[in-house]
Amino acid sequence: MNALWIILTGSLVAASCGFLGCFLILRRMAMLGDAISHAILPGIVIAFLLSGSRDIMPMLIGAAVVGLITVLIVQLLSHHGVKTDAAIGVTFTALFSVGVILVSLFTAQVDLDLDCVLYGEIAYVPWDTWQWAGIDMGPRAAWGVGGVFLLSLLVIGLFFKQFKLCSFDPALAAAIGIPVVFFHYLLMTLVSLTTVAAFESVGAILVVAMLVVPSATAYLLTDKLHRMLWISMGVGVLCAVFGYALASWLDSSIAGAMTGVSGLLFLLAFLLSPRHGLVTRAWTRRKIKVSEPA
Amino acid sequence: MSILYTLQDPNTKWVLMGCIMLGISSGVLGCFAFLRGRSLVGDALAHAALPGVCIVYLLTGSKSIGLFLIGAGVAGLLATYSITAISRYSRIKEDTSLAIVLSVFFGIGIVLLTFIQHSASGNQSGLDKFLFGQAASLVHGDVITIMSVASVLLLLTTLLFKEFALLSFDPGFGRGLGYPMGLLDGLLMLMLLMSIVIGLQAVGVVLVAAMLIAPAVTARYWTDKLSRMVFLSGCFGALSGVLGTLISTQQENLPTGPTIVLSATCFFLFSLLFSPRRGILARLYRFVKLRNKVLVEDVMQSLYESLEELASRTRVGGVYLGISEDEIARKSGKSPAQVKRALAELRRRKWVVEREKAEGQAAWTFTSEGMKAAYPFILNQRLWDLYHMTQNQYLHVQIDQSREELAPQLTDEVLAQMLAQLEAYDLTPRLTESTPLYPMTGNNQGGVPL
Repeated sequence: MNALWIILTGSLVAASCGFLGCFLILRRMAMLGDAISHAILPGIVIAFLLSGSRDIMPMLIGAAVVGLITVLIVQLLSHHGVKTDAAIGVTFTALFSVGVILVSLFTAQVDLDLDCVLYGEIAYVPWDTWQWAGIDMGPRAAWGVGGVFLLSLLVIGLFFKQFKLCSFDPALAAAIGIPVVFFHYLLMTLVSLTTVAAFESVGAILVVAMLVVPSATAYLLTDKLHRMLWISMGVGVLCAVFGYALASWLDSSIAGAMTGVSGLLFLLAFLLSPRHGLVTRAWTRRKIKVSEPA
Repeated sequence: MSILYTLQDPNTKWVLMGCIMLGISSGVLGCFAFLRGRSLVGDALAHAALPGVCIVYLLTGSKSIGLFLIGAGVAGLLATYSITAISRYSRIKEDTSLAIVLSVFFGIGIVLLTFIQHSASGNQSGLDKFLFGQAASLVHGDVITIMSVASVLLLLTTLLFKEFALLSFDPGFGRGLGYPMGLLDGLLMLMLLMSIVIGLQAVGVVLVAAMLIAPAVTARYWTDKLSRMVFLSGCFGALSGVLGTLISTQQENLPTGPTIVLSATCFFLFSLLFSPRRGILARLYRFVKLRNKVLVEDVMQSLYESLEELASRTRVGGVYLGISEDEIARKSGKSPAQVKRALAELRRRKWVVEREKAEGQAAWTFTSEGMKAAYPFILNQRLWDLYHMTQNQYLHVQIDQSREELAPQLTDEVLAQMLAQLEAYDLTPRLTESTPLYPMTGNNQGGVPL
């Protein structure tokens, strides 16, 4: 039963990250996602210190605020002539440092382990359950991630056309009157929310893996956005299942193993994708060479 | 007092020396990474080093920096190669491939790390110090390794400075000159990797990239010259190292990495705000100054042209009337408040005076000093207008359009031609210093214009 809960939570994390990750990599903002996932740490710690509990709501708010602040700072710095990659690098490392220092200073009050910050503790998820009206409803983390996942499904579903256009041709989107900046920040808010919901399970850094790797794998497998979204979520679930298996075999971090599996799946797609795979393309080239003799 | 006390401790002295060398070497190399647009590659390399370090530990069971250097080096090279391979052989963009390699390598590293921690022997390995860095955990031998590697890196950078400068600014030109740019790029990557690896234990995997980025970005604010930038960046790196280490020794359980990074960030923020040329405050000041200058010039031009119109209408030798503020505002398109401000500034320079008109509204005109300033300004404006209207007649003349003054850029011959053309278009400024602007009255100035 516990294994099932862990796999379910992992799948939800991977699927919700993979879903949003598609839009991130299409807009070439993979590293911004990385930055957000690091930078929300101080938001979580401050929310934690203020509310004094591990309730998910204050953390979600804190993280969303800090996530948006990160995006704002990066944009402000680029606007003032700092190269974008350097701006991202300076911002997230500084915010992450603030978070780590806060955790270290308030170790007594903060029930956050620095290891947990980095790679989560999805293995403990089944024991932290949510009681509602006296009934055990299952792990809180699963509910949190599931709720955020539903929210992003809802938001993206409602504005699918707008998000699609903003991802592929922001200039055209702006020209026909879509508020591109608003959708940019909306997406960033969703990314921050998902990151913090996933934070407890997979930690700050491995969220990036779930954001980027399954969606990149999907990007190699299809040319259609809606198929890419489905495949990305599917790959995420596969990562969770096989990652759990690998981790219990090695007795190691589940989140790390999920990342490892996602890397493997990406490698497979990179080599064998029907249209974009390295091996497939070499094979096709050979066939063409053979079929037209001189 | 307590800082002085800490400095007495010989071990702290060693750690400080190590952090200083670390700051210098990563600051110096970070400049080249920054200029090559590779700031985040450092981040990826740092994350990728973790599995290398863990594998070395699993194989040898020792924790010496020298061995870790090799493991992290191999892992880093593999990561570099993967990043290039993914973006070259598939349609995945560079930033995504960076994020993929970073997170997958780090994930594998975490698997290995937890594997080591959970296995019986490795429980006390202290490998987790690598995640956030703990300078205090450096032992004498480590510091020696750090210092020698850093010295080699600095020596190499000094020797190959010219080549790296070429690589940073114009690799194509360098290739044309016959330098092996690919090889140099690889070497630079390898040196970056080494500076990251020696920083791992002090600053930690997650934050070591900041040591490459922050000092370089900070130095960029203070100079435009590469050699100075590299020097400054090294200094900022060293200072952050010292500050961060000292702060983290003051409080138990405070990892060194974050404090060093935050010190570096403080230097960056200070420069961002207060740097004399590129800082936000300096730029804001220049912007406001320029806006005021343009405003004053616009108002001056409107006043001049209104007076000119008046003079041509009245058909007498001079203009004895002034122009009202409303009229200037209408003509220049500025708000009344802006016009008032500009006129106040002009009056402060004693270029304009205010006169009471019959209807009770103030009217403005130039003083003779003001006319002396306004005439060449208007002439310059009109010459530029003419130049832009008839540019193809003057294609043979070298004109720098970014300069303010046109006349000094012209030969006498061309200037005469342009002046004649101005006259033909009826654009010659009609009011000069000698145009009487004040009525001749017997009682005060005796007919001399003010």
